[in-house]
Amino acid sequence: MKRLATAFAIATVLGFAMQAASAQTLKAVKDRGGLLCGANGQLAGFGMPDPQGNWTGFDVDFCRAIAAAIFNDPTKVKFMPLTAANRFTALQSGEVDVLSRNTTWTMSRDTQLGIDFAAVNYYDGQGFMVHKALKVASALELNDASVCVQQGTTTELNLADYFRSNHMSLKPVTFATLDEALKAYDSGRCDAFTTDSSGLYGSRLLLSNPSDNIVLPEIISKEPLSPAVRQGDDTWEDIVRWTHHAMVNAEELGVNKANVDEQKSSTNPEIRRLLGAEGQFGESLGLTNDWAVRIIKAVGNYGESFERNVGQGSPLKITRGLNALWTKGGLQYGLPIR
Amino acid sequence: MSDVARASPRLPPHRERRGLDASWLVLQVALFAVIAGLIGAAGYNAAQNLAKANIAHGFGFWNNTAGFDISQTLIDYSSSTSTFGHAFWVGLLNTLLIAGVGIVLATILGFVIGIARLSRNWLVARLAGGYVEVIRNIPLLLQLLFWYNAVLKALPEMRGSIALPLGGFLNNRGLFLPKPVFAPDFEAVVIALAVGIAAAIGWRIWAKRYQARTGEQMPIVLPALAVIFGLPFIVFVVAGKPLTFGIPDMGRFNIRGGLEILPEFAALLFALTVYTAAFIAEVVRAGVLAVPAGQIEAAQTLGLRAGGTLRLVVVPQAMRVIVPPLTSQYLNLIKNSSLAVAIGYPDLVQVFAGSVLNITGQAVEVIAITMAVYLFISLVTSLLMNFYGRIVAVAER
Repeated sequence: MKRLATAFAIATVLGFAMQAASAQTLKAVKDRGGLLCGANGQLAGFGMPDPQGNWTGFDVDFCRAIAAAIFNDPTKVKFMPLTAANRFTALQSGEVDVLSRNTTWTMSRDTQLGIDFAAVNYYDGQGFMVHKALKVASALELNDASVCVQQGTTTELNLADYFRSNHMSLKPVTFATLDEALKAYDSGRCDAFTTDSSGLYGSRLLLSNPSDNIVLPEIISKEPLSPAVRQGDDTWEDIVRWTHHAMVNAEELGVNKANVDEQKSSTNPEIRRLLGAEGQFGESLGLTNDWAVRIIKAVGNYGESFERNVGQGSPLKITRGLNALWTKGGLQYGLPIR
Repeated sequence: MSDVARASPRLPPHRERRGLDASWLVLQVALFAVIAGLIGAAGYNAAQNLAKANIAHGFGFWNNTAGFDISQTLIDYSSSTSTFGHAFWVGLLNTLLIAGVGIVLATILGFVIGIARLSRNWLVARLAGGYVEVIRNIPLLLQLLFWYNAVLKALPEMRGSIALPLGGFLNNRGLFLPKPVFAPDFEAVVIALAVGIAAAIGWRIWAKRYQARTGEQMPIVLPALAVIFGLPFIVFVVAGKPLTFGIPDMGRFNIRGGLEILPEFAALLFALTVYTAAFIAEVVRAGVLAVPAGQIEAAQTLGLRAGGTLRLVVVPQAMRVIVPPLTSQYLNLIKNSSLAVAIGYPDLVQVFAGSVLNITGQAVEVIAITMAVYLFISLVTSLLMNFYGRIVAVAER
């Protein structure tokens, strides 16, 4: 009988029940009183705790925006640092409500993982960083080079594709985290380091001698970064999606953190609809009608968040490039709130 | 002496009296059915939940193109044509390689340290004791990171490589040695080697029988070595030296050609060997101390010196006590090799449960396969060790 009991115990552990995609994420978040956000933890400018332990970054701001929309308090978020290996499992199993962790929106991830991507909040591409002493001017000269890369990412796959299609031979050195890959590159184990271009600038700051490294001009892939949610919960997906579009629309309409209060009395019908002076758009999401006001008060509009975290107001100094508004030659296009 | 008259008990005592009867058999079958049923239900439940959450499931991913590169592959592998299944085999072979080499080296080092700890030389005994106490008490991951950073930081960069005799290079990207290239005629040399080993074993058996019959000792070691090395060498020369070496040469970024030993491999090997050897040393010491003192005294009375006593009297009797815990240490080493993930050595966990899991997203299937593989490797190892244990078991008087 003792043997049976142990067998039963083992089998019960084996027979886990995956949390079925529930349409109740918003309710669960409200009941809990806080949002669970899956973040990076090691990527400067996107999601990293500062020396005082406060989380800052572009993706972090996005989660704070969602929390502000729900609770009117951008601090009601708990950030979970996730590696590339466990980020999807954490989202699938319900450990986090939203994954805001510089994750590329690809077809296989959209169809095979049971997750949905809300909106591209950063158009990125993969690039290379090399030691200046190697006198390399282009990625096409990297034949036979050792390249440090993080495993389990689109980066790993794109790297192999690029070298193969350009008939170059590759010596990859893969690591579980970006941190380890960067350390190995710094110690001279690899000639080059590859990750999303936005990550390259942030990672360069963490090297022992940032000015001894240059970022090569080639962008070898499309990396549309988007926050992700579980499939099956359309209301929650809408909230995450329209949080992004609220921020982009705010920038298009000239609404920012400083002037959002006075803009509430604007006569521009688009601004009135955005800020809840007209229409019931907030309530249609299950939030309050001043949901966009809360977001902008907490983190500002898209441009403000960008500049503060990865743009000219930050050590990374990344230009808007593809992430400029569509009216300024970029790809950020706010869907109409009407 | 002890009451246990046989080397390994089979059935518990009460079963011995009653033997295999119907009620025992029924209970076994029923228990098996229940456990199989529970496992089946768990698997079915998991598949249903995955389907409901729209997560891809099943083993179809095995034949999809992998798309990523691996830094050390013992078989042919290409990111464009190889499948996830190929990647699995590459990772598995890397794990078996590090486990195999690690077990051999750890055993040798462990035996040396264990017997050194029992030495009558005070300094040697204390040094061995110090080694065991320090190494046993530091977590393996820390030791591994130490070896990796110490190995890497100590070696020069690619441009300042240490040039070795015979055309090799040593730097922080690895040890590059001339790669042997075998011509087709080399098969004859291999066959000659096999014949030589068989002949040496045959000679030893005959010499022992002759000694038992006539008491006269025939030389064993020298003739055996002569045959094992001499015969293949003669065949090698006669066949026209069918062996050339690919010399590694420095390219713009890396060294091309040659046999490459990754620093990740070296660091993992050192860490596993040093760590497991400390535990094996204690196991060996326990085994040697378990041999009754009377045996050693009797050996000395017969005129055997320290080396002979150790080799002919103590160790054969100590092996009976050593083999079971030694099996555990081997299994520990095999499982600890999965720490390769921390330093980027492409073993099974790093390649399969890391890259493949993340690219396909099918965590349940991948982890289940990985666990099953480790279970299989461990069961085979412990089966072989138990078999070996039964051979060396010496019946006590």
